Amino acid sequence: MSCSPLALYLHVPFCDGKCPYCDFYSLSADDSVMDRYVTAMQKALAHWGAALSRPVHSVYLGGGTPSQLGPQRLLRLLQAVFRSFSVLPSAEVTMEANPTRDLSEIWAAASAGGVNRASIGLQSSNPKELQLLGRRHTAEQAFDAVKQARKAGIHNVSLDLMLALPGQGEREIGASVSFCQQCRADHVSAYLLKIEEGTPFARQRENMTLPDDDRAADLYLFACDTLEKSGYRQYEISNFAHPGREGQHNLTYWRDEEYLGLGPGAHSFLENRRFYYPRDLSAFLRGDRPIEDGNGGTLEECIMLGLRLREGLTQEKLTARYGEEGKTAYARMSKRAIPYQKAGLMQPVTGRLALTPKGFLVSNELISELLL
Amino acid sequence: MSVAQDRIRNFSIVAHIDHGKSTLADRILEQTQSVALRDMEDQLLDNMDLERERGITIKAHAVTLNYHAKDGQEYVFNLIDTPGHVDFNYEVSRSLAACEGAVLIVDASQGIEAQTLANTYLAVDAGLEIVPVINKIDLLSADPDRVAQEIEDVIGIPADDAPRISAKQGINIDQVMEKIVSDVPAPKGDPDAPLQALIFDSYYDAYRGVIVYVRIKEGRVHPGDVIRMMAVGSEFTVVECGYLRATSLEPADELSAGEVGYIAASIKNVREARVGDTVTLANNPCSEALPGYRAAQPMVFCGVYPADGAHYGDLRDALEKLQLNDAALSFEPETSVALGFGFRCGFLGLLHMEIIQERLEREYNLDLITTAPSVVYHIEKTDGTVVAIDNPTNYPDPTEIRSAEEPMANAHIYSPSEYVGSIMELCQERRGVYKDMTYIEADRVDLHYLLPLNEIIYDFFDVLKSRTRGYASFDYELAGYQKSNLVKLDIMLNGEIVDALSFIIHADKAYPRARRMAEKLAQKIPRQLFEVPIQACIGGRIIARETVKALRKDVLAKCYGGDITRKKKLLEKQKEGKKRMRQLGTVEVPQEAFMSVLKLEDDS
Repeated sequence: MSCSPLALYLHVPFCDGKCPYCDFYSLSADDSVMDRYVTAMQKALAHWGAALSRPVHSVYLGGGTPSQLGPQRLLRLLQAVFRSFSVLPSAEVTMEANPTRDLSEIWAAASAGGVNRASIGLQSSNPKELQLLGRRHTAEQAFDAVKQARKAGIHNVSLDLMLALPGQGEREIGASVSFCQQCRADHVSAYLLKIEEGTPFARQRENMTLPDDDRAADLYLFACDTLEKSGYRQYEISNFAHPGREGQHNLTYWRDEEYLGLGPGAHSFLENRRFYYPRDLSAFLRGDRPIEDGNGGTLEECIMLGLRLREGLTQEKLTARYGEEGKTAYARMSKRAIPYQKAGLMQPVTGRLALTPKGFLVSNELISELLL
Repeated sequence: MSVAQDRIRNFSIVAHIDHGKSTLADRILEQTQSVALRDMEDQLLDNMDLERERGITIKAHAVTLNYHAKDGQEYVFNLIDTPGHVDFNYEVSRSLAACEGAVLIVDASQGIEAQTLANTYLAVDAGLEIVPVINKIDLLSADPDRVAQEIEDVIGIPADDAPRISAKQGINIDQVMEKIVSDVPAPKGDPDAPLQALIFDSYYDAYRGVIVYVRIKEGRVHPGDVIRMMAVGSEFTVVECGYLRATSLEPADELSAGEVGYIAASIKNVREARVGDTVTLANNPCSEALPGYRAAQPMVFCGVYPADGAHYGDLRDALEKLQLNDAALSFEPETSVALGFGFRCGFLGLLHMEIIQERLEREYNLDLITTAPSVVYHIEKTDGTVVAIDNPTNYPDPTEIRSAEEPMANAHIYSPSEYVGSIMELCQERRGVYKDMTYIEADRVDLHYLLPLNEIIYDFFDVLKSRTRGYASFDYELAGYQKSNLVKLDIMLNGEIVDALSFIIHADKAYPRARRMAEKLAQKIPRQLFEVPIQACIGGRIIARETVKALRKDVLAKCYGGDITRKKKLLEKQKEGKKRMRQLGTVEVPQEAFMSVLKLEDDS
């Protein structure tokens, strides 16, 4: 059994409303449900903490809307984390929040509980876009939320943006990026809108004037460029940060390293196995066991995830982890990469296989081409 | 149990598709109690799935029945079911040659159709007694009086006392039986003369070898006899002979003149017992073979490739097995740069081709890519030699061609007169030469055109049907070769010729065809990581061009909550999709792109 540090993810499945594009697992709940959730989480943390007995290098409270829990429950949850696991002093501890209400109290509790990084769902600085996305806040509220977080001692702040929205142009994206700058955000996640089956957006798709793939691609490249010029270095398909402020938790995923995910809908990767808790709050409250999800950490998986990163893959890394098999795979991919490097889809460098922003845009196809 | 010749009636049933041939055959089987009711499956004679589905008879079948007639006598009926499609005209003619009479079924609402007439003429030419029957009188639209008149006018045989039946409802079937007794002549032939038997069908049985269906014209045959196939020249010892019962073979001591039955002689391949050949005795041969033998001649050729190259061996095995049973199917290995290893296959016609393809896919579970069908062109080269070309790959360099000829077809189209305009337009589009037009009745015509065979092998019938709301029917016979201005059209993807997409075409048709093909390919080839230029060219000259733009966006922006499995599944799907593509240089072409260019009329 390993004793190396792992990442810990807690899924908090509560929101005060559902955004029409979102297919994450979330529901609105009253105090008693949230109380029971925290209790179930405490048990799960205690169980896994004892069972694994491994240090934690990053904690991420995602959702849903973790800030929805309120200060007391949040604190109880965080205390359970630190009680059950040995969280390294250098650990990144992130909490997601939506700026729909005054968050000062929440930030205070979070900070007291050990949170040192805030991820705030801004999505856009443009009121029309916020309305279209069904967001229940303004850009100003997001601005205040950042200020309040910092006031509470949480200095490392990430903002979320969405790209390729109906009616969105370069101007709107430029404005949202400079808004992030004004907030002095350390990190920006910029996601291309994807219409997920089963969401209200999927049902309205016919009536939405979504940009076509070519236009969406242009907007993405524009966003990448603008973010770079604004000091946010792209380190993953959808993630940008001031140097040194890359999200350590997310890097765990892309580097195909281990993480434990607790809460309904949370996925884990431990000891070469993947498993998840189903998207079912009551099952989690009952204490149901997670569901097996097959093998993890295979060479192919490692390549697929690694190529999402700007740092890409090196022969050393693959060989260190997979030996001769990794070396062969690297050599094969290097050969296949040549035309893509020429075409500007991959970085024209030696000693590393890595995609360019243009390559990221077609990464599904490109990666399967390299792997075939 | 040989019976007296005068109690034997050998007949076939002639009908247009859907006019109820198989249904009537089933009713006859029922009435003669040849099949236990529990074994009765609708349309018993069509025992291939494909035949049942398409409602057509592909192979001939035969059955011996006993009928107790109203005159108190026992009769033996030999019903020989004929294939119902122009591709199999030769087989039809051999089946008819085994009979003395033909029951002509005409649909009481639709009247005479092209195939009815074509097959009736074949029957008349074979000297058969025609017994007209008007079927489907139960339909609301039935007009038996009009149809009876039509039979008299068009075919010139009396039809006033033709049985009016409903095969489906079993109405007046006994009248048909009695007509067969009274009108179809008994066979003649001397049982003591040297054996002379006509092969009208055969099939391969894994245990007994080829089962040969014969009509004994003269003499007799017994187990132990050494028989000779006169055209092929091979000899075999008869292991068994007997009668063709509805659900089984019934061995007998001998078959004698006038009878229809089977011979099993440990024959390994249907090629040794070809339809139309004459069987005689090796030690006492008849003086001459029966007339009309013709080796099956493939008319339409195409490349057949396994979608997955690993299945080449399976495809070869499957073709070999099909060929055991189908002397008309030819194949030889062929290599394509685009498609790898496959076979050049020859077929009697387009239906035959479709049937073989479907059987390969269904019965042998093969996933196939086929190339555009081609006819056989005659090319005279500048050095004076003449070559027959059935594969665009072998088309000579234009500078070496002195002249080219293409096969022609005499085509008859039968249709309500209101569609004459559309049909003429279609025939003109297909380079048809108008011959004449006759009125079959006040509002139905027979349009006669001379059409190049390569214009009718793809989709002519489909288009004809759609432009006449399914009312027109069509039949053709080959009509020799004519000089033609042919060119070879090549398709290039990303600058490289895709041999599997090349075809030979009349120069006047090349431009529109090239444009449509380029457009269709541009629709069917998915955007890929690089831009893909599509060019159509004749001898290096580009005459059409399209571009598949490079893929711009195919990305999973977010992996939620560490759910990597979803992304892994997507990757698997993507890789799986790639396996169904053909890699041509740097271009991935889906299988359906190869198929779609074969049917360019689909969405026009």
